[in-house]
Amino acid sequence: MSHRLDKRHVVVRTTPWLFVAAAALLLAGCERPPVDTVQIGYRGTGMEQVYNPRLLATQAAVNASPEALPPAPADGPKAKDTFKNVQVLGDQSVAEFTRTMTAMTNWVSPQQGCAYCHAAGEDLSSDKLYTKVVARKMLQMTRHINADWKTHVAETGVTCYTCHRGQPVPAEVWFTTAPQKQATALVGDRAGQNIASRSVAWASLPEDPFTPFLASAQEIRVIGDQALPSGNRQSTKQAEWTYGLMMHMSQSLGVNCTYCHNSRSFAQWDASTPQRATAWHGIRMARDLNQAYMLPLTSVFPASRNGPTGDVAKVNCATCHQGAYKPLYGASLLKAHPELGGVKVEVTAPAAAPAAAAPAAVDSATVFFAVGSSALSDDGAKSLAALAESLKANASAKAVISGYHSASGSLTQNQELAKQRAFAVRDALKAAGIGADRVVLEKPQSAEANLSGEDPKARRVEVALK
Amino acid sequence: MAEYQNLFTRVQVAAPAYAGVPLAPGSKKRDGVPAHVHLFGRLGDAQIGPIYLGWLGLISIICFFAAFEIIGLNMLASVNWDVVQFVRQLPWLALEPPPPEYGLKMPPLNQGGWWLLAGFLLTASILLWWARMYRRARALGMGTHVAWAFAAAIWLYLVLGFFRPILMGSWGEAVPFGIFPHLDWTAAFSIRYGNLFYNPFHMLSIAFLYGSALLFAMHGATILAVSRFGGEREIEQITDRGTASERAALFWRWTMGFNATMESIHRWAWWFAVLCPLTGGIGILLTGTVVDNWFLWAVKHGVAPGYPAVFPAVSDPALLQGVKP
Repeated sequence: MSHRLDKRHVVVRTTPWLFVAAAALLLAGCERPPVDTVQIGYRGTGMEQVYNPRLLATQAAVNASPEALPPAPADGPKAKDTFKNVQVLGDQSVAEFTRTMTAMTNWVSPQQGCAYCHAAGEDLSSDKLYTKVVARKMLQMTRHINADWKTHVAETGVTCYTCHRGQPVPAEVWFTTAPQKQATALVGDRAGQNIASRSVAWASLPEDPFTPFLASAQEIRVIGDQALPSGNRQSTKQAEWTYGLMMHMSQSLGVNCTYCHNSRSFAQWDASTPQRATAWHGIRMARDLNQAYMLPLTSVFPASRNGPTGDVAKVNCATCHQGAYKPLYGASLLKAHPELGGVKVEVTAPAAAPAAAAPAAVDSATVFFAVGSSALSDDGAKSLAALAESLKANASAKAVISGYHSASGSLTQNQELAKQRAFAVRDALKAAGIGADRVVLEKPQSAEANLSGEDPKARRVEVALK
Repeated sequence: MAEYQNLFTRVQVAAPAYAGVPLAPGSKKRDGVPAHVHLFGRLGDAQIGPIYLGWLGLISIICFFAAFEIIGLNMLASVNWDVVQFVRQLPWLALEPPPPEYGLKMPPLNQGGWWLLAGFLLTASILLWWARMYRRARALGMGTHVAWAFAAAIWLYLVLGFFRPILMGSWGEAVPFGIFPHLDWTAAFSIRYGNLFYNPFHMLSIAFLYGSALLFAMHGATILAVSRFGGEREIEQITDRGTASERAALFWRWTMGFNATMESIHRWAWWFAVLCPLTGGIGILLTGTVVDNWFLWAVKHGVAPGYPAVFPAVSDPALLQGVKP
């Protein structure tokens, strides 16, 4: 009897500790407190932001902004008259231009120095290194963002540092994921999801929501705008792709869903925060940058810099934000570098840009076409006219034309169409008085998308001055 | 000397194994030699087996095993037969239903065909197991309450994986087999159809779910509390109310003015439990077929309250003039 009692007491004493150990194991995957909750909306609606001050402190160090260089005098000879092969920022004074170059070195290649872009032993004007060609394109991109995407970057703007943070390749870029490795095609297809993936904050959601939404323009919206069924054919599976993109945004900005959405109705704009509109433009901006600046650089980069499917490194929300709701917590380096403020370079929608703002320094143009058509639109003609002016002003430059087509439809037909579109652009430039020897035609390219579908941004011809 | 055995039994009576009531002529025999396991005895009855399997049970187990293998091997193949990755990523792995473009057509095996096959086998297994439960209850001369409660759960399972996908015209609308994937699917499903919390049948289902837990806690606590008076003999006390039953009834009458009886409490609990999947299944069945956006439906019918505007007016940029597409 007494023996039995002893045994029982042992059980009674160890059981609670077993529960404590089990609870500790269960909680091991959770974030250590403290956690601060800040109410941002009407009481009772759950509109709040959750912060962990400890993690925020780590994050703040990553997002500190560097000191700007002292300003340089604007007088003196211009960079384009002093140096050769200056295709951007040529209107700066030599002192200003040098300051910009120094800043770029500090921001992008502080360890590697000038030689990262300017080949050692070569003239400064040499485009021998691909990094220089990329850097020039990135300068154009930065100016394009600051001029044309104020809807997203406002007056804060961006500089090279916003993404690079002292690294030649920004910490956060993305590639289309390699096709799933399968020993046999008979079993185990995971449909682009169901794997632990950082890109969607470790959910089992599709791990590459970027290719369809940020390189191509697949429909992101899945929720119907009518109470009763009325033709919204978006599936639950499509909702998972959108969900994946939203997880990425949330993770990139270090915020939860309620930063933009009232989660009782993700779709309702009138219940959303103003940040949602900014984010909406952000998605379009990332897509525009990938399509107009990154994808055309695919062949410029050496293969080792490209992704597993040979695609170029591309941008998503994390590229600039890096965990902060505003990159660098809203510090504007652009104010100290107005030369990166740039000029409007693209006309994509009617009335988007005032016609008067079409200056001479246009160095690229993107012309969009209607489905199945190779006829030049008015907007297209306008941007080509501006480009022709730049060509006339810069006698050594050549116009490189590349036609793109969407991934839907038959390939041969699409390639023919892309060719016809490129011809239309060439003819327009000819008509504007540009000699045929200054126009280079490149092979048609498909705006790759791993989801089938029509993409209006893909039906384009790009013209770049080289 | 011996103390009363309740939920965590402290004293185990070692007795010869009980073979069970005689079976009807023509029945299959019970399988297995009964054994006593002390640890099991701490939670329930220490005697394990013999089990009555029968043809229904046997085929059900075979079907379940086949479905389990299809799902498991697909998961293993999805990490390219890497056992380490299979173990590490198991919660993330899944067998996905076909892409929506196949509709209700038979897709290739690796594009959801395996999912259909696994679903068919699992469904067969579950339905056979249901028939077995029904038949075993009858064989013991019992009512078939357990079988019908199980049928309520099967209803929800069939709505999710069979009835609703057919009404929507796409197997792709069904749930993947996987731990995290089915949870992500649930969230995506609610998002796609405008927030399931505004679905009144979902509300009912949640009420019955929480209600079941509450009733279970109240009933379990009440019986444990009067077990020292023999309160665990609930069935006898339905007809012959003793002091345990009287005290339990008085306790609730004193604390909340109303009390169940030894019989009615079990009917409450049964209906709460059964109505949870029944109403939930109705809610799922109506989603996408009859209602596309539950939030807008709730606004239309005065269910979703309005709140004062806090943020500056925000409108859809896609509808603004001159905005980049």
